Amino acid sequence: MKMKIFSYPYMLWLAIFIVVPLILVLLYAVTVTEGGSITFTIENLRRFLDPNYIDVLWISIKLALETTVITLILGYPIGMIIAKEKPSRRNTMILLFVIPMWMNFLLRTYAWLTLLGKNGIINYFITLLGFEPMNLLYNDGAVLLGMVYNFLPFMVLPIYSVLAKIDYSLIEAAEDLGANKYQIFTKVTLPLSVPGIITGITMVFMPAVSTFVISRLLGGGQYMLIGNLIEQQFLWVGDWHFGSAISIIMMIFILIAMAITSKFDTQKEGSSGLW
Amino acid sequence: MKKNHIIDLKSITKEYDGQTVLDNISFYVRKNEFVTLLGPSGCGKTTTLRIIGGFEQPTEGKVIFEGEDITNLPPYKRQINTVFQKYALFPHMNVYDNIAFGLNIKKLPKDEIKKRVKEMLKLVNLAGFEDRSIQSLSGGQQQRVAIARALVNEPKVLLLDEPLGALDLKLRKEMQTELKNMQKRVGITFIYVTHDQEEALTMSDTIVVMDKGVIQQIGTPVDIYNEPKNAFVAKFIGESNIIDGIMREDFVVEFAGKVFDCIDKGFDKNEEIEVVVRPEDIIITEPEKGQLQGRITSVTFKGVHYEMLCNDGQFVWKIHSTIMKPVGAEVGLCVAPENIHVMKKAMKR
Repeated sequence: MKMKIFSYPYMLWLAIFIVVPLILVLLYAVTVTEGGSITFTIENLRRFLDPNYIDVLWISIKLALETTVITLILGYPIGMIIAKEKPSRRNTMILLFVIPMWMNFLLRTYAWLTLLGKNGIINYFITLLGFEPMNLLYNDGAVLLGMVYNFLPFMVLPIYSVLAKIDYSLIEAAEDLGANKYQIFTKVTLPLSVPGIITGITMVFMPAVSTFVISRLLGGGQYMLIGNLIEQQFLWVGDWHFGSAISIIMMIFILIAMAITSKFDTQKEGSSGLW
Repeated sequence: MKKNHIIDLKSITKEYDGQTVLDNISFYVRKNEFVTLLGPSGCGKTTTLRIIGGFEQPTEGKVIFEGEDITNLPPYKRQINTVFQKYALFPHMNVYDNIAFGLNIKKLPKDEIKKRVKEMLKLVNLAGFEDRSIQSLSGGQQQRVAIARALVNEPKVLLLDEPLGALDLKLRKEMQTELKNMQKRVGITFIYVTHDQEEALTMSDTIVVMDKGVIQQIGTPVDIYNEPKNAFVAKFIGESNIIDGIMREDFVVEFAGKVFDCIDKGFDKNEEIEVVVRPEDIIITEPEKGQLQGRITSVTFKGVHYEMLCNDGQFVWKIHSTIMKPVGAEVGLCVAPENIHVMKKAMKR
């Protein structure tokens, strides 16, 4: 019990950098400054009910959901393929997946700008083949591509690590009891990998809802997500109160989404999920 | 082949990356027989079992099941079920669903599945455990679920890979008797893998002793204990004194500087052989009445008997007896002719 003293620095850290800022955001969200005096109000939250803002929220959630579904569809087979490799080759493949993450996230997104741009490499080949250059940037597709690209490793890694940990004798037991490859997957492998799927969804969906850099770079200035809206309120409009209110609303939505996904995680034991 | 053979292994050889794990293994298993593959770890017994189960393909040789070649048949098409070493129960299912797994795959009617799972739970003494999660069961209970999960499919052969290895001594003894009774009741052929010689002796009808990927001896427990074919089998099954000797002629053997009567024949005249004498077969007598004379050098109490070491000047004999002689006592040693087991000298490989 004396070890408890070692946790104090972390408690302090948590208090200063997480709890206090959260309280500040909440305070900003429910107050307005008028002529130097602070008054409590729910006006900031009500302002968000404007159809324009609700639309932004809806687009953000839709885009995050699309990103999550696509990364899951792409990521699950990748995780499975890597988990089936020999251990020595596994590490190389995982490394290949992780190396891009060592590079700055902004740089990686800028790279897509040069790839997809009017004078980019892809358009260069298209013109070589005798076609008109295409408008690849600044549309929904470009944003979605950027999101999937950036978040895919966060889906692959947890799924891979859960799949790699599945005791191979369970697969053999299923085979022994008469299950073919398809039945082994649906009855054993898939249910046992649910914790990895949940973690993957959490790790992709949460940052995807609140991203604003990808949508700004690849979607052009007109592409407005809730992250962009918050950024705008803080940096350009200077309305910290409304910005905080939107942040709180977004956090509530993420919490709801996570509560729903955690419902599917029936295996409490050995789960590597965040909940 | 023969009518009552259910499984025939024919010249099975298995290599991993150029290393021979099984070298020309051939044996057969009769219907309703309890066969044990016995040997130290790394002797190839588990690989043999996995080849019968279909989880490994032999490099050479054939697996014959009821007269049909099943060497290349995948596990899910074989009428064989396995109880795995660490049970391999599905952690995301409860006891009922684990046992019903195979029947669900076969798409049997629900009420039939229910009936058969209930019967199985009764057989393994776990009635009422249907809804329990696997994690909440003890090692022994998980063991029973694993057996029930395999037996409920009514396989023709049940493979068991060291199923009692993880249990404590008392539970293991109980399960040994229980498994043997179960096998008699359900009338299924059991192929059992273990490194525990005592387990093999108590449970089996036939024991296949293996070492370094080669079958050393096949026989009934009594045969294998009393007539070990070579020094490895003698050492592995029970304790023994192994001493070099010379076969003077049929029924006469010389070892430890003395000539003894024995019941072995068929060796060359003056052939160099090895003699096995079990520690419990040596009788301590007065020095002048013994065939050999020696001095007791150590005594250890073992519960049922004493273990004594006796030095006759050339060889140190291990003796098990309920009569204790103190350290330093001069004694005589006697061995009855039928307790002297003559073996061909192990070929140096």
